[in-house]
Amino acid sequence: MLTLTHFLMLSGVLFAISIAGIFINRKNMILLLMCIELLLLSVNFNFIAFSRYLGDINGQVFVFFILTVAAAEAAIGLAILVVLFRTRSSINVQDINSMKG
Amino acid sequence: MDNILLTIVLSPLLAAIIAGLAGKQIGRKGAHTVTILGVAISCALSLYVLKAQLIDGMPVYNETVYQWMSVGGINMEVGFLVDRLTALMMSVVTFVSLMVHIYTIGYMHDDPGYQRFFSYISLFTFSMLMLVMSNNFLQLFFGWEAVGVVSYLLIGFWYTRPTAIFANLKAFLVNRVGDFGFILGIAAIVLYTGSLDYFDAFVAGADIAGATINIVGDSQWSLLTVACIGLFVGAMGKSAQVPLHVWLPDSMEGPTPISALIHAATMVTAGVFMVARMSPLFEFSETALTFVLVIGATTALFTGFLGLVQNDIKRVVAYSTLSQLGYMTVALGASAYAAGIFHLMTHAFFKALLFLAAGSVIIALHHEQDMRKMGGLKKYMPITYWTSLAGSLALIGFPGTAGFFSKDALIEAVGHSGIAGSGYAYYCVLAGVLITALYSFRMFFLVFHGKERIDEDARHHLHESPWVVTLPLVMLAIPSLIIGWPTIGPLLFGDFFGDAIYVLPVHDVLGQLGADYHGPVAFLQHGLQSPVLYLALAGVVIAWYLYLRNPLAAQAIKDRFAVIHRLLDNKYYLDNFNEQVIARASRLIGMGLWRGGDGALIDGVLVDGTANLIGRIAGIVRRVQTGYLYHYAFAMVIGLCVLVGWLIW
Repeated sequence: MLTLTHFLMLSGVLFAISIAGIFINRKNMILLLMCIELLLLSVNFNFIAFSRYLGDINGQVFVFFILTVAAAEAAIGLAILVVLFRTRSSINVQDINSMKG
Repeated sequence: MDNILLTIVLSPLLAAIIAGLAGKQIGRKGAHTVTILGVAISCALSLYVLKAQLIDGMPVYNETVYQWMSVGGINMEVGFLVDRLTALMMSVVTFVSLMVHIYTIGYMHDDPGYQRFFSYISLFTFSMLMLVMSNNFLQLFFGWEAVGVVSYLLIGFWYTRPTAIFANLKAFLVNRVGDFGFILGIAAIVLYTGSLDYFDAFVAGADIAGATINIVGDSQWSLLTVACIGLFVGAMGKSAQVPLHVWLPDSMEGPTPISALIHAATMVTAGVFMVARMSPLFEFSETALTFVLVIGATTALFTGFLGLVQNDIKRVVAYSTLSQLGYMTVALGASAYAAGIFHLMTHAFFKALLFLAAGSVIIALHHEQDMRKMGGLKKYMPITYWTSLAGSLALIGFPGTAGFFSKDALIEAVGHSGIAGSGYAYYCVLAGVLITALYSFRMFFLVFHGKERIDEDARHHLHESPWVVTLPLVMLAIPSLIIGWPTIGPLLFGDFFGDAIYVLPVHDVLGQLGADYHGPVAFLQHGLQSPVLYLALAGVVIAWYLYLRNPLAAQAIKDRFAVIHRLLDNKYYLDNFNEQVIARASRLIGMGLWRGGDGALIDGVLVDGTANLIGRIAGIVRRVQTGYLYHYAFAMVIGLCVLVGWLIW
């Protein structure tokens, strides 16, 4: 029988994987965006698990909001990525350090 | 009365503004018309006020005209106090000023700064009137500073001459030293009475005498003495008393009319007037009176010596002014305030006359001021000659002239005085009489008699000055000769000044003299028996012998006493001392403050230091900003973990 704990653990593992993806990945910008997406999904997972557990539908409503926002964000992120590639002909994360103080 | 007094003060101001700001539009003629009109109105009304005071028995006018502000219970006001002392000063100031205005038309005829000059002298008249008519210390201080500023402008009138700029700066700085004492004196009085009004201070005079203050350490100083000496230091600056006299001879760099107006007749007498006005305070401090007496006596004698060696005609007159100011100050110190004011009045006439006569000679010789290049001018300039003679006789105190009455009474008063230092002062003023006669007639003989030493070029154009120059000379010569007769009785021994001048019975030397006074004729006869007259005559004879009869003797004396001559020629080395020690020390302090305080501390530590510190900290902090996204993300996650961990804990 799957209990709440299992869902939370899965969510935690997903979260950890995506964080690790952000840190460890130093090459590809697209991977970074995917990791961020995964972060959001792991949080959504938490929301649904608790919604089901507590019998409160509001949690699932929030998931829809988050998905919508995440989709918009992914679109913007990819668009920025395309522009970035056009100007710098690279999506290597280590090349992008013009914010250096 | 309000309107009359306001008109007296404001008409010269208005004229000065018109001539100053609209000088181009109204032209030369307009400028002198408007300023002379302004001063003439002022003069006529001043004489009217004097008449109202004397004959109609007008009560003392003491009103506030305008309240400027009220701070911490101290009212700062513009007000007029008009009693007989003020009325007399107003009349003298405006009359001499009017004469100088008329004279200026002739003297400044070719000067490009014609309108500017008229504007300045009218502005000066306004300032001086504000000073003498004031009924509170603030306005007194305003007038005091205003005459200082105008005098600065006028000494440097020919501002392209480096010497004039040097002289006006010197006058300004030396006056600052005096003003520093003056403002401390005012502050001491305000501290005690809490009011700027004269009468509050006068009423409290006797009380203040008992009060003491702490200045250095635990020693108790008499507040009144401190205040009076402070006020007198201001008077020393303005009335050019030793050692703050150094600015006055240099101020001869200005045009001659202002030498007559400011540095002989009016501004320099402000200090004397102020001390007389403050007599209810000075009376209660013997120490201050002694101080005044000694400073005055020293000035009277030792600046007279300097007049003996000068070759510049105006400088001789300037040193004689210093010496005569010393006489007035001595009278103040001996509590014979009325004698000081009397001498001030007679001196205003004959000294303005002498300056204007010197100016007349200077224009006739095309701005030649060296007496060694004059001589024998008597036949070319008869009016100037006779008026100069009148002025010189009045100056040395020849019997019957105005100077005789004032100077003789003054010296007698000092002789009767019992204040500490009066013995020294008496001998100084007596010796001063001889010196005065000597330098006055040295100048007179060198200029008007003897061999002609004039340039050939100048001789061709030599002629008597135009009527605008000679009219004021004659107008001033008349009072120089006769004003003593009608005025000595009421002014010195009568109750002319009423309550305006307050003298303690113990100090009342004029009262003692008055017991023996039986009219001017008797006074004249009495004068014939006093040493004063014979000292003066001896001076004239010596001058005649040395400079007319036997000029080689003068040279021989000069060579014989070369050391003394050099000392006098260098003005006791006081200028050198001031420049080398005081001015240099001030500059060093200034340089130190600039380099150390401004450069190192404010710029280096505060301004640049702040910027540098921020830059350095930023230099350390910027290393954190690598620009790599994953570093930022890492920091964010760590931060989040810490925050959440802290919240849950």
